[in-house]
Amino acid sequence: MNHFCQPGTRLPPALQTDEPLLRLEALGFSHQGVPLLQGIELTLKPRGRTVILGPNGAGKSLLMRLAHGLLTPSSGQVRWACHESGRPLRQAMVFQRPVMLRRSALANLSYALAARGVPWRQRRSLATAALERFGLTNLADRPARVLSGGEQQRLALARAWVLEPDVLFLDEPTSALDPASMRAVEDAVHAFHDQGSRIVMTSHDLNQARRLADDIIFLYEGRIIEHTPAQTFFREPSSQLARDFLSGELLG
Amino acid sequence: MPELDNAFQAALNLILGLDPTLLGIVTLSLQVSLAAVAIGALIGLPLGAALALWRFPGRGLVVTLLNAFMGLPPVVAGLVVYLMLSRAGPLGELGLLFTPSAMVIAQSLLVLPIIAALTRDHVLTLWDEYREQLCSFGVTRLRAMPSLLWDARFALMTVILAGFGRASAEVGAVLIVGGNIEGVTRVMTTAIALETSKGNLSLALGLGLVLLGLVALVNGTAYLVGERARRKLG
Repeated sequence: MNHFCQPGTRLPPALQTDEPLLRLEALGFSHQGVPLLQGIELTLKPRGRTVILGPNGAGKSLLMRLAHGLLTPSSGQVRWACHESGRPLRQAMVFQRPVMLRRSALANLSYALAARGVPWRQRRSLATAALERFGLTNLADRPARVLSGGEQQRLALARAWVLEPDVLFLDEPTSALDPASMRAVEDAVHAFHDQGSRIVMTSHDLNQARRLADDIIFLYEGRIIEHTPAQTFFREPSSQLARDFLSGELLG
Repeated sequence: MPELDNAFQAALNLILGLDPTLLGIVTLSLQVSLAAVAIGALIGLPLGAALALWRFPGRGLVVTLLNAFMGLPPVVAGLVVYLMLSRAGPLGELGLLFTPSAMVIAQSLLVLPIIAALTRDHVLTLWDEYREQLCSFGVTRLRAMPSLLWDARFALMTVILAGFGRASAEVGAVLIVGGNIEGVTRVMTTAIALETSKGNLSLALGLGLVLLGLVALVNGTAYLVGERARRKLG
């Protein structure tokens, strides 16, 4: 898998409120001849929190990586909207296991700001503000990799925060965290949402999905089985597979 | 062996008395080897990082060659540089043969593969870990290169020290292209070889002790750098 950093094809400019933010068209992904995702058709509205659910190996992370542009699809199209100016949307991703650069916590944020093209003079104050926002001020000068798991994930969120993303992907961000850290991540997801970021995340935790999701994408064996508002999904899922999944009877 | 005892005593006297001949040889050795390591690092670090980051046809061959050249016998490197720089050689016009510059070139040739190959290993490991995050930031491979080199800085420092160890300890290459001319191209290793064959054991032993101390210093530094990195960066 060496096809990283390929920008997705974008929708024509002018992002109107009801125009879709993201369209996946006949998307498929195979690895060594094995189809892992097939026939994905998906439209995401400009606002909201989408949670991707499904058993292990259903292709949840893969779907996000394709949408984010970390992987190139084997077939089909990823189409993103643009800003009215024609500028592509800013995206950020928080991974299951945070990737910490071998630098101080503060320098991890400065690096992200540099990558975003923020001038050198403004980086320090923006980074410091983000650290404060996520309660990491006393850890600013500590090497990021010696922080605890929860602190690292908070730092990863702060790092996404300074990118001011239009779209934020989170790949099972709480699966390795204790309840307090999990709470911090969920609060952060709401904060990102309030700030205007489109949220797309995967989760294993149905309660978390209930707390966070506006709509649910249910994946099974590389296909989208349902894409419905969260309330509908949890109250009356339209497919037998989803019913089995919710009752814990679906084996991955 | 009273003769050896005397030689040992004399060697210590030379070192502690800062004998000018000995000092000159040690200084030239350091100059040549440090210059060679600087050149090797200047080329080897980006080369190794590039080999880790980009895929291109023939990359496997380049990597294999680099790994093979890590064990390049110094006399062969010396011979190649000798042929290039000799009067009839392609670079004969420069008149560099039997000068310290020629010795720097030969040692660079020995150091470069070590630095490049080991840098590639370290950067590759780091890139595997960082790749998705850096791509998510929108960082291109070209911009990732200095970031990866910086984040691997402690490991790369020991790589450079390993290169310095190889340069300062080899004798074959500098002997062939330098010629071991007194006061001009005589370095520690060539002097030890010559003085031993002449029976001047005190100078040989004195230089040997300095060389040994230097190698110990380099290894000690490498160890400390590694330990510090482990403690500090996790």
